[in-house]
Amino acid sequence: MNERTAIIELGNIIDQTLNNKVLAIQSWLTKHPFPGMKDLIPAYTSLTVLYDPFYINEAYSPEKGVFEFVKDKLLLACQPAVMEEASEPRTISIPVCYEPSLGYDLKLVAAAKNLRIEELIHLHCSATYRIYMLGFLPGFPYMGKVDERLVMPRKSVPRPEVEAGSVAIAGWQTGIYPVRSPGGWQVIGRTPFKLFDPFSEQPVVLSPGDNVRFFPISLAEFKSYENNQHVDNHH
Amino acid sequence: MSITIIKQGILDTVQDCGRYGYSAMGINPGGVMDPFAASVANFLAGNTNNEPVIELHFPAMQVLFHEPALISICGADFTSCIHEEPIPTWQPVMVNRNALLHFQKWRWGARAYLAIHGGFKMVKWLGSYSTNIKGKAGGYFGRPLAKDDLLHVNMEENGDGGFNPSCYLSARQYYRTLHWGVHEKNVYAEEGNFLIIPGPEFNWLDEASKYQLLHSTFSVAPHSDRMGYLLNGQSLHPSNHIEMISSGVDTGTIQLLPNGQLMILMADRQTTGGYPRIGNIIGAHLPKLAQLHSGAELRFQLTDIATAEQMLFSQMRNLRIIERSCHDHFNQLYAHN
Repeated sequence: MNERTAIIELGNIIDQTLNNKVLAIQSWLTKHPFPGMKDLIPAYTSLTVLYDPFYINEAYSPEKGVFEFVKDKLLLACQPAVMEEASEPRTISIPVCYEPSLGYDLKLVAAAKNLRIEELIHLHCSATYRIYMLGFLPGFPYMGKVDERLVMPRKSVPRPEVEAGSVAIAGWQTGIYPVRSPGGWQVIGRTPFKLFDPFSEQPVVLSPGDNVRFFPISLAEFKSYENNQHVDNHH
Repeated sequence: MSITIIKQGILDTVQDCGRYGYSAMGINPGGVMDPFAASVANFLAGNTNNEPVIELHFPAMQVLFHEPALISICGADFTSCIHEEPIPTWQPVMVNRNALLHFQKWRWGARAYLAIHGGFKMVKWLGSYSTNIKGKAGGYFGRPLAKDDLLHVNMEENGDGGFNPSCYLSARQYYRTLHWGVHEKNVYAEEGNFLIIPGPEFNWLDEASKYQLLHSTFSVAPHSDRMGYLLNGQSLHPSNHIEMISSGVDTGTIQLLPNGQLMILMADRQTTGGYPRIGNIIGAHLPKLAQLHSGAELRFQLTDIATAEQMLFSQMRNLRIIERSCHDHFNQLYAHN
């Protein structure tokens, strides 16, 4: 991409197998970082690698240049043996309160898709979603795919403030806002589950590659969950 | 040693070189916008560039020093004053107990850096002092500095090598300038000209748009901030409508928005983006990019990775020379202590 960032691009379709390869390369590079490697950004089909070209040049003065040095290291990570490494995905169940007072766009989406609210909830809760990547905000999961009967475009004007925990849909994706933020996705509910807690040992709970299932809770349950964080993790 | 914020500025945050290694969690690196000025500010204050600095925007805060301190201010020129007297930037300054630092008038640039000898005493979050406002963590309680905030400064151990600014100030002096500094500012030369490396989606632009990108002038739109600069100018078009799959971005990445305008991603950018990445500002030009204020003009010219590397290396070597020479100056000063 530039003199300090390289991208490994594995394809241009959104596909779990392809995304698994991205995550396998990321995991290998995390365990075997090359000198000067600074950060890894796994996405749907690509892995972006940030590195320090000055450090590499000073420490190794590579004959073929820094870019070729980095490319060689990345090719090592792209070997079939690395990419085919299977990982056991976790399945995490997340409670969602589908109430119009929390899911600002719930009624709008139901009306636009010609669904009763119960049908909408049922559709959103029946699928198992894969987290393809985290981005946008600390811990924001990009998940798919939603049932085609739920596919809605983003809002034409983003909402200036979306509460933390808001569960939303956009296109064939679904996501959760971990912190309060402006946002353009259609908000259909809210989870009391804390996705981002900066000072806990694991600031971000979800990881790319995880599977997520939603289950509906009432407003009363939402409030009691909020008071004592309790989430079922099925491994 | 401590300082108190007497009056809040528009956006003054604690930053360092950035928080790397957490992008996979969606936690961006953040950090100083102008790494050159921030590093030099630390060197001139006798620090390594790992210490946190305060990044100031205009109108900036007012600060009261409770004890004598050695400081330096680099980057933008906001007319730094101790009480009513202007003090130099890009130069070490000893300030006395009860000195009041304020910034009177905008003259040049967009971001100034205040470094203090010893560094601010704070706790790192995920390996960095940088303020992550969205995550409410890092820096000073994860937020911009506000009135009445008290920041403590690391004091050196007494004994050899100990440095006490009060030895250099008489009781009547509010400040004293050391008579050396950094005058090498080629980094900011040719203010509006930026070299870019074609991005992964550069070839998505139609030929007319490629021409416009490289031959027309753009300007920084109002409300451009630490997250990104929105550019006013010719609107550009992709040659056909290919759906972009979200992918990683970098500071300096130029995105093509659906309305044809450009957005340059800055330090508080997201980790990933769903807009075509048509180019990337080279690393050596990020300091001068950070100093553009709204309305400033930009022109782009293509370059390649090898040129960008050489320019970055020469800037980094220059920084290393500055660091060594600051170190030598301070050693002489300590020797005469």
